[in-house]
Amino acid sequence: MSEQAQQMSVSDEVAIEITNMNKWYGAFHVLRDINLTVNRGERIVIAGPSGSGKSTLIRCINALEEHQKGQITVDGTVLSSDIKNIDKIRSEVGMCFQHFNLFPHLTILENCTLAPIWVRKTPRKEAEETAMHFLEKVKIPDQANKYPGQLSGGQQQRVAIARSLCMRPRIMLFDEPTSALDPEMIKEVLDTMVELAEEGMTMLCVTHEMGFARQVANRVIFMDAGQIVEQNEPEEFFNNPQSERTKLFLSQILGH
Amino acid sequence: MDNKDIFYVREQMLPEQAPPATQSGIVKWMRDNLFSSWFNSLLTLVAIYFVIKIVTGAFPWFANGVWVSNSLAECREILQGKTGGCFAVLTERWHQLLFGFKYPDDQYWRPTLAFILLFVAVSPVLFIALPRKMLIFTGLYPFLAFWLIWGGTILIPVLVLVGFIVGYIIFTRLEAQSFAMAALGGIIGAAVIWALSGFVTSAASGVLALEAVPSRDMGGFMLNMILGVVCVSLSLPIGILLALGRQSSMPIIKWICVVFIEFIRGVPLITLLFVANVVLAYFLPPGTNFDLILRVIIMITMFSSAYIAEVIRGGLAALPTGQYEAADSLGLDYTQATRLIIMPQALKISIPGIVNVAVGLFKDTTLVSVISMFDLVGMIRGPILASTEWNGVYWELWLFAVFLFFVICYGISQYSQWLERQLHRGHH
Repeated sequence: MSEQAQQMSVSDEVAIEITNMNKWYGAFHVLRDINLTVNRGERIVIAGPSGSGKSTLIRCINALEEHQKGQITVDGTVLSSDIKNIDKIRSEVGMCFQHFNLFPHLTILENCTLAPIWVRKTPRKEAEETAMHFLEKVKIPDQANKYPGQLSGGQQQRVAIARSLCMRPRIMLFDEPTSALDPEMIKEVLDTMVELAEEGMTMLCVTHEMGFARQVANRVIFMDAGQIVEQNEPEEFFNNPQSERTKLFLSQILGH
Repeated sequence: MDNKDIFYVREQMLPEQAPPATQSGIVKWMRDNLFSSWFNSLLTLVAIYFVIKIVTGAFPWFANGVWVSNSLAECREILQGKTGGCFAVLTERWHQLLFGFKYPDDQYWRPTLAFILLFVAVSPVLFIALPRKMLIFTGLYPFLAFWLIWGGTILIPVLVLVGFIVGYIIFTRLEAQSFAMAALGGIIGAAVIWALSGFVTSAASGVLALEAVPSRDMGGFMLNMILGVVCVSLSLPIGILLALGRQSSMPIIKWICVVFIEFIRGVPLITLLFVANVVLAYFLPPGTNFDLILRVIIMITMFSSAYIAEVIRGGLAALPTGQYEAADSLGLDYTQATRLIIMPQALKISIPGIVNVAVGLFKDTTLVSVISMFDLVGMIRGPILASTEWNGVYWELWLFAVFLFFVICYGISQYSQWLERQLHRGHH
């Protein structure tokens, strides 16, 4: 599988650059001196115990959380507190959440066409064609006219992925996309993500699915206490972890 | 253990049978609901006794009712000591009950037409299945209704409408540059048109003019309807803005909204109405004649919009933060996220509360009778019961008032329940 991962191209072009980023929740120092460069086409898995700041880190990238120190550059745009600037970055960066966060009052198709129509000003017909294209890609075109409440968790998460893709993002962020799913449904969502990775999408993925990390990631980042403790290629990371904290973590999640 | 003991296979499937008579139909229903224990049986019998008493008592009162006569004394003559209602007061004072006692007799068709058109105007708002083009009529209706009810030249509402349109056009032209500048420009544009239109209407007061009826001549149930419809339709949008303002991250806007809501909610409506009636005049420059109905509308609208704001805030608080985050992460700006994602869901949650406020507001319009406006209650209490002909006809008049309000409020309540079912997006 790692051979397959090797084939997926990683360009030299920088997609995300984070330098000396710090974040506090009140007095609590959640993220400490984060430095991270993500090249276009990279697939990064971020792992770590809960409370280590991994979700906060990716939420800073599309400004769902505000950072207090340091700099984040996404696609050449420096993230500032200017609303226009933030909205521009958000429309380039797709995000999937643990609890899907589909809009329950809209149909699946409307969920997918809303942002293209209102943010990108795409004509409705074209937006619907794009939406159907991506719904086919995640293998649920037949559910297009249902409401999110009528779908299973796995289907909802795949719709959420399709909804993000309809904005044609250059980067995708995944915040524990499979943590709220039954074991049976995890696979269907991971398959979709693998497919996406194979197409060369730049992905940052917070997940506990180590099989997924081995299969598609070209880099695994381990975080603890708001810091990046270790990062490496997946093979090396799993077989030859360096820090004691990483070894402990891996023994706990792979031990059973 | 011998296997033969537990071995079993069914040879023949059992046909379906009707349940025993005691377990179905009316017998079961009565047993479950009326006679489930000796105490409930006793209560049932007592209740039946009272129902029979009330029906047999009230029936002759309705059946023998007198519908045509000119006074209570005449009614009693016709009845000759029999039990019977004197409903003649309703027929004889019908127009007063509906339109008040000063609205010109030959102009009753105007408010009646406005009332009928109200249903046409409101229906596309209430029923999403109707063609959206009907909303154009809804937009024009307030101006048409004003012209029909108050009369005067049609130029007044037309020019007010033109002011709104000019303001809107200026707003959309400038919106791309800055929202604040566009809003200011729009308001100034509209104000200029309205200021200029004063000269036009006084010069051409005869153009398509209906007989002008001043506000103090409005009365009866028409006044309740005017106040109810105008205040509900104004307080909903204002309430939404207040609720959003209260959540705003801009401290000044937030505090203005909080202070307004908390102040208004802490004051009885009746004091606000007295303020509208008496005190407001002190603050206005001498000689200005600020229409009383307009003053009352402002007060009731302020009052109910504060309540609606709190109801909607409850709906907003019930939305998971994930909805805001999902909208943000797709790049929707604040206005889009609020309009397309947040408000539709928050309003749906708030429907029961909003309807509660709307029904309460409609009934509270009768409070204007204490500031000597002759709405339905004011008409009954004042001119009708105080007249020599009808002094003493309480039941018939008050039951009529109860009936009118009940029909409208029950209708609103039924509509809201239907709407909730319509908007239900089932979980599988």
